[in-house]
Amino acid sequence: MGLLSKKDRKLILDPLADDNPITIQVLGICSALAITAQLKPSIVMAISVIFVLGIGNVVISLMRNIIPSKIRIIVQLIVVATLVIIVDQVLKAFAYELSKELSVFIGLIITNCIIMGRFEAFALGNGPWRSFLDGVGNALGYGVILIIVGFFRELLGSGTLFGFKVLGDPITKTGLYAIGYENNGFMVLPPMALIVVGIIIWVQRSRNKALIEEN
Amino acid sequence: MAINTDKNSYTIIFAVIMVVVVGSLLAGFASGLKPLITENMEAEKQQNILYAMNVNDNEGDGDVTFIPTDKVAGEFSKYIKKQYVIEGDKVTENPEAYLIDIKKEATKAKDPKYTRRLPVMVGEKDGKEIYVVPVRGKGLWDAIWGFVAMDKTMTIQGVYFDHKGETPGLGAEIKQRYFMDDFTGESFLNGNTFEGINVAKGNNDPLNKDKDDYEVDALAGATITGDGVSAMLRKDIKMYVPYFQSLNK
Repeated sequence: MGLLSKKDRKLILDPLADDNPITIQVLGICSALAITAQLKPSIVMAISVIFVLGIGNVVISLMRNIIPSKIRIIVQLIVVATLVIIVDQVLKAFAYELSKELSVFIGLIITNCIIMGRFEAFALGNGPWRSFLDGVGNALGYGVILIIVGFFRELLGSGTLFGFKVLGDPITKTGLYAIGYENNGFMVLPPMALIVVGIIIWVQRSRNKALIEEN
Repeated sequence: MAINTDKNSYTIIFAVIMVVVVGSLLAGFASGLKPLITENMEAEKQQNILYAMNVNDNEGDGDVTFIPTDKVAGEFSKYIKKQYVIEGDKVTENPEAYLIDIKKEATKAKDPKYTRRLPVMVGEKDGKEIYVVPVRGKGLWDAIWGFVAMDKTMTIQGVYFDHKGETPGLGAEIKQRYFMDDFTGESFLNGNTFEGINVAKGNNDPLNKDKDDYEVDALAGATITGDGVSAMLRKDIKMYVPYFQSLNK
């Protein structure tokens, strides 16, 4: 990445690991629990959030000097809502099948705390290019966790990936099911997503001791 | 130029300008894209109706595959021979019956003076007449709807279900083939009595080989959505019973 200075590179790469919005800042948990029962919605949600957060950060950053501080949260909300509605309408017009697949998930982007968090914490105080990198970086960090959780939940809960039966057929008992393996129905329920996220946080912290707070 | 962004007047002016800009932007988007969206929705209805009639691109045990959007209008006019609207005892032909919004009809029908308009699409596949009717009901979180294709005796030839916001992996599975395919062959009528079809738990028939039990196997973890499907079929298909009985006379 010769294009980016060291500082800019940090903006993109930090949220992927040591400053991850989900596992370190524990933001955006609600949508991470709701939509990760399967891999495909997780991926499309990640892409949509990259778009909304990237553009939203730029818009807020461009307006940062003229936004009245009293109503800045409302202004941020309106920017997110507008972008999300535009994404939704464009998907409906040009990629109708995909938009049906996602239905409520697109609307859920509005409630994602990471977006408001980045607007408030970064875009209001930084220029458009750096805000863009920060937005994309954080959305990527969010997306990576979503995809990891979605992968394990779909694999262990339904025995499929992208809907393909990778572990065999549970009804006709082929593949792994032939030797007595069963799907864990608990994996498709939201509480299990919390446990998977917890395991990721555990692994991450035991690999990098610097992340453990001292009391 | 430094602006005092803390002044009340500035805040109000900013808010007004923002509302106008955002409002017109979204209105522009919505009305600009509306024709495309309506077209997509009509094409989707045609795809769903044809899907219920088994006119689709399914392969083996794979996913639900519709006729491609660009071909659907042609296929629809090829397979759907006639469309009728049933109002009480009166049956009138209407080439756009499939566009009737049955949600609005259900709301209007709460007024006892209103005769509900019931659309029925009559198609022909492999020399067999197939009657497709729309259904709509409630799942766990939101609306569920679909199309049921039957022959003259109200034996199911195929179904298509869809939903607005059922739980992914649980209730949302009603639109998967392993659920929908189970309905084919079941009948709504026991002689002349309307039985409906139950989405049943623990019916000891998970592969659904028994086609005379008015039951299909339920989805684990989706009890309320499944009950919603049973209720939707019982309520909406029942209204068509007089029509089918008049056909068989």
